[in-house]
Amino acid sequence: MTTDFIHPGFVLIIGALLLPFIMGPLRKPYLILMPILAFACVLKMQNGTYGVVHFMDWQLTFGRVDALSQVFGYIMTLMCIIGSMYGLHVKDPKEHMAAWMYVGGSLGVIYCADYITLFIFWELMAFSSVFLVWFRKRKESLPTGFRYLMVHTAGGLILLAGFVLRYKATGALDFNLLDVDHPTLYTYLIMVGFILNAAVPPFHAWLPDAYGEATVSGAVFMCAFTTKTAVYALARGLAGLDILIVLGVIMALYGVVYAVLENDARRLLAYHIISQVGYMVAGVGIGTQMAINGACAHAFAHILYKGLLFMGCGSVLYMTGKSKFSELGGLYKKMPWAFVFTLIGGLSISAFPLFSGFVSKSMIVYAGFEEHLYWAAFLLTLASAGTFLHTGLKVPYFIWFGKNNCSRETWEKAADPPWNMNVAMAVASFLCIFIGSYTPYLYKMLPYQNEAADYALHVYSSYHVSESLQILLFTALGFFLLIKKLAPEPTISIDMDWFYRMGGRGFYWLARKPIQTFDTWFGEVYRTVGLYPLMTTAKFWSWFDWHGIDGVVDGLARLVRNTGAKLRTVQNGRLQYNIYYAVSIVAVLIVAYVFG
Amino acid sequence: MIVKLIDYLRDRLKTVIRLCYVVLGLLVVYDVTFVDKHAVHTAMEKLPGFWSVFGFVACVLIIILSKWYGHVKWFGSKFRIMSPEDYYDN
Repeated sequence: MTTDFIHPGFVLIIGALLLPFIMGPLRKPYLILMPILAFACVLKMQNGTYGVVHFMDWQLTFGRVDALSQVFGYIMTLMCIIGSMYGLHVKDPKEHMAAWMYVGGSLGVIYCADYITLFIFWELMAFSSVFLVWFRKRKESLPTGFRYLMVHTAGGLILLAGFVLRYKATGALDFNLLDVDHPTLYTYLIMVGFILNAAVPPFHAWLPDAYGEATVSGAVFMCAFTTKTAVYALARGLAGLDILIVLGVIMALYGVVYAVLENDARRLLAYHIISQVGYMVAGVGIGTQMAINGACAHAFAHILYKGLLFMGCGSVLYMTGKSKFSELGGLYKKMPWAFVFTLIGGLSISAFPLFSGFVSKSMIVYAGFEEHLYWAAFLLTLASAGTFLHTGLKVPYFIWFGKNNCSRETWEKAADPPWNMNVAMAVASFLCIFIGSYTPYLYKMLPYQNEAADYALHVYSSYHVSESLQILLFTALGFFLLIKKLAPEPTISIDMDWFYRMGGRGFYWLARKPIQTFDTWFGEVYRTVGLYPLMTTAKFWSWFDWHGIDGVVDGLARLVRNTGAKLRTVQNGRLQYNIYYAVSIVAVLIVAYVFG
Repeated sequence: MIVKLIDYLRDRLKTVIRLCYVVLGLLVVYDVTFVDKHAVHTAMEKLPGFWSVFGFVACVLIIILSKWYGHVKWFGSKFRIMSPEDYYDN
């Protein structure tokens, strides 16, 4: 490995492993320093291929640096700084460790160039981020985390099946653009693996389920990394696959519909992730250089404003313990700064001129019009009215204005959050406005520079500004005319997770009744038929062992026994800790291979 | 400071609302008179105030259709998308 390339993901993974040993007054500086170090690694990189390792018959590549991976690497590490700042007050080192492992996994996917490396980091993301749900430590957190893990494990297996089939068919493991004009079974399997992480319906229900339940600062990380890493993977591997246009448009509208119904602020934001990622997926499906630029730009802007929105609503949850509209309202007197920051996030996601969404989202719609995909372009524009309706209007209105549904206790607890949360929100707010107002900052990073320069001339044209303002302000008019219809209702919305939540109960029933009956019956048969010969054989081997082998391998046996005893203490812990050890071991192995 | 500004505007809510209507009107006037519509992709975008109507209709449609989707009793049963919060606890 050369000094030109230090993997930012490894910086965070090693940083996470060292974190428990950094204590006292050093902890907080360390929490900011390591993400900044990872960010510096990204800034220092030059295009090229690094970290190539030969492992068995395969060539693993950990560091493919080009324009596409750089724009994602840049924003991921930047968001890691902001997220760590936001969670600075969290005392439990395990939560920071899980978050950094998770970001490390995401960066590993972004810089890798083969499916094996991709898969390892893909799994690392799922297995570390689930802790950000479990650490909420509510009664619901544990089952929610397991559902999240189960869905992602299933998605990972489909992805695995996809690239193994491809390996069988072509002998290649490289992670590059697949032949999207002639898709085969493995193309679709890989696609399903990717779009499950991008939360494309019907594989999306894990997202609002988990993000609504995650810890306050955990949700800030989760909203940024999983879906956008999947967008990167789609842009790298499946750009131009037509079905993604249809799926993306469905996503964009689906998220909007569920956001109307949602009563929990963070779940509403989660549904709007689905809607916004829909634009990116559609952009990847269109697949032209303009559209890929748009998908990258929108992912970049989205990570910041969605992080900001989750930070704003998270600070309300942190201070008051509430996140439901039917238990909040009228808080502008108590939390004015949180309101201003959330509003900036809302205006950015809604694509108001001078805010970040304006210069990114429209690029995808523009690419759609250019390709004469009018239906897609108009439906995406329709969804953007819905975005403003909810995130720009409904969220701020029903938390900070509207009818005051706060209990006395909630009202008394409400105040602007600790300084570190405010700083993180201020930085994100600044970047949202900066990106929207000074377009070269973002456009200079995009993969296709000619298209970006073309679009830069168009983005602030009078027509585009007038079009956007009309849509947004007349949406606001509709909102205030129909505001009674939007009053919060204390309900939950049934979504696709119904199938596996209720399906799980069906499985329990199956396990209790028929399977258990069979098991009892089989046990009886086994005891009478199987046990006697087994015992006889065992006696013989015991004799043989005692008289023959033991003398030779006594030392070895003792060693194994001692190791076994050590392992047993590891196994005694709860399942979560076992997963933690497993993930740490994987991380150590990766590091060993790279440096070895 | 922020709270004072918000309270100042809330005390004059009627004026603020009137001002908003004026802004909406001016926006349509601006669209009809000044905006260059040479490069539009479809003919209907040339209609005066097209995107105003689009935005308003989109908003109303989204609210009404979504609420219908959430409240309607599916398959003639008691099942609704918007269910009580303890739905999964039973």
